[in-house]
Amino acid sequence: MGNPNRVKAESGFMRWVDDRFPATQMWQDHMAQYYAPKNFNVWYFFGSLALLVLVNQILTGVWLTMSYNPSAEGAFASVEYIMRDVEYGWLIRYMHSTGASAFFVVVYLHMFRGLLYGSYKAPRELVWIFGMTIYLALMAEAFMGYLLPWGQMSYWGAQVIISLFSAIPVIGPDLAQWVRGDFLISGITLNRFFALHVVALPIVILALVVLHLIALHEVGSNNPDGIDIKARKDESGKPLDGIPFHPYYTVKDLVGVAVFLFVFCAVIFYFPEGGGYFIEIPNFEPSDPLKTPDHIAPVWYFTPFYAMLRAITFSLFGLDAKFLGVVVMGGAIAILFVLPWLDRSPVNSMRYKGWISRIMLVLFSISFVILGVLGVLPSTAGRTLLAQACTAIYFAYFLLMPFYTKYESTKPVPERVTG
Amino acid sequence: MADNGVNKGRRRFLLGATTVVGAVGAVGVAVPFVASWQPSARARAAGAPVQADVSKLEPGQRMTVEWRGRPVWLVRRSDDMIERIRNFDGSLLADPQSEEQQQPTYVEGELRSIRPEIGVLVGICTHLGCSPLYRPEPGAADLGGENWPGGFFCPCHGSRFDLAGRVFANVPAPTNLEVPPHRYDSEEIIIVGEDEETA
Repeated sequence: MGNPNRVKAESGFMRWVDDRFPATQMWQDHMAQYYAPKNFNVWYFFGSLALLVLVNQILTGVWLTMSYNPSAEGAFASVEYIMRDVEYGWLIRYMHSTGASAFFVVVYLHMFRGLLYGSYKAPRELVWIFGMTIYLALMAEAFMGYLLPWGQMSYWGAQVIISLFSAIPVIGPDLAQWVRGDFLISGITLNRFFALHVVALPIVILALVVLHLIALHEVGSNNPDGIDIKARKDESGKPLDGIPFHPYYTVKDLVGVAVFLFVFCAVIFYFPEGGGYFIEIPNFEPSDPLKTPDHIAPVWYFTPFYAMLRAITFSLFGLDAKFLGVVVMGGAIAILFVLPWLDRSPVNSMRYKGWISRIMLVLFSISFVILGVLGVLPSTAGRTLLAQACTAIYFAYFLLMPFYTKYESTKPVPERVTG
Repeated sequence: MADNGVNKGRRRFLLGATTVVGAVGAVGVAVPFVASWQPSARARAAGAPVQADVSKLEPGQRMTVEWRGRPVWLVRRSDDMIERIRNFDGSLLADPQSEEQQQPTYVEGELRSIRPEIGVLVGICTHLGCSPLYRPEPGAADLGGENWPGGFFCPCHGSRFDLAGRVFANVPAPTNLEVPPHRYDSEEIIIVGEDEETA
């Protein structure tokens, strides 16, 4: 019965299933016979942790939906109701709000790992592009989710971001109005963001995660040495430097999960507001369209891009500063998508790249962190100058990459992984 | 026959025709979904004009009314204020003569108002939509000292506007504050949201 080419259980219930659904085959392909390089280091924990946080967000999100009221009149009160009256509502909400920040922490580290070891390079371009699309969808998901508590920062943060659309010449103001569905951010906007946040975007993100993993399992994981483990196999065709994902990495990842949960729980129980960075202070005030908070800052994971937006205080090429800022901010994200084609280095890993690549990665990382800090601070002339310098370095890292990766001298790459 | 009697030309035509009709159908189906994001009839009705009574406004005082959910400021300018707007050094401003279309045609010029003593402005910064603060005192040290004629200061990103809502040069906001369409129903009653011509 079924497809005779499949791996099947010998007998019993699993055999019955395998004749109808390729369960054993899938288990083998993606777990028990999926060979991953044996030299994964600590940077390789963040992919599976991202999956864990995604599950946390979906589970807690579904529970929050049960008590949340997506209307301008009831939203703020229903969040307080969850916090005060619903049994363990406070815990579920803090798991969700802390989970949002944790998601970006692990995703940023996961992306940095990619930059460090060249995980985006051929043949993993699509793995990278699916991953970047997840990141983009995640930003939309987080942005829309932040409106839902309907506090002052929810409201005014959304006001700032939606008005970015109105900077687009000609169609901008109508586009912003179309996104809001009203002449201002109102209950109508709240309702549609709720629908997108809890239905549409989670479906998109889940689908993208599946694509990300299928593409990864098709080409296999990269590793800290950036060499192809499939190039050297034993007599039975198994990579000499590979170990089956299960049980080796499932068990190893459990250790990562345990460490992560220590930190995650410490935040949930002792610093659930993250010092005003995970849940900003003005968000404990109900939204008021007639009163702007003194200082509007996005949540920390958007601040590097927000700082770039604010850094553009000059007009260029006939584009005014406001639109140019939006273009720079969009470009900062868009340029990540073409990264696989900017890196011309013959080696993948930073271990064997030349010193220019290393310095550029360090400068890039420092600039990104500085931009992140500047994004939460009110702007001054000096800070604007610093933000402009960091924005220039951010773009230089990418735009100069085709040159410095091509001409720098690299170190010889070992034939086998070095552990 | 080598192709088993398959008429490739007809097959290609049918495939193409089906694709085109299907695509037209998909665009047609998209219309209600896209249009459904436009402001609803109720939202449009809520954007109706509002009435403001400025009779109790003292010189220098500001009142705020809500129109389309945005704050609209009504400032009764004192003679001193009008003088300061008229005499202010235009080189410090980005658009001193209000050439950018940020106001109805009937309020052009320096004062940007129908009557010199009443200023009507949408209280939303043209940078990123914050609501600026009212800082009418001239010469405030934190806002540029003697170059500060009194006006509006946006705490979000530091944009500055004079009392007529004219934006300073070299601040993030690109244009002057918007003047909403408005008209005088009587001496002291202003209708915000209706143009003079349509009255």
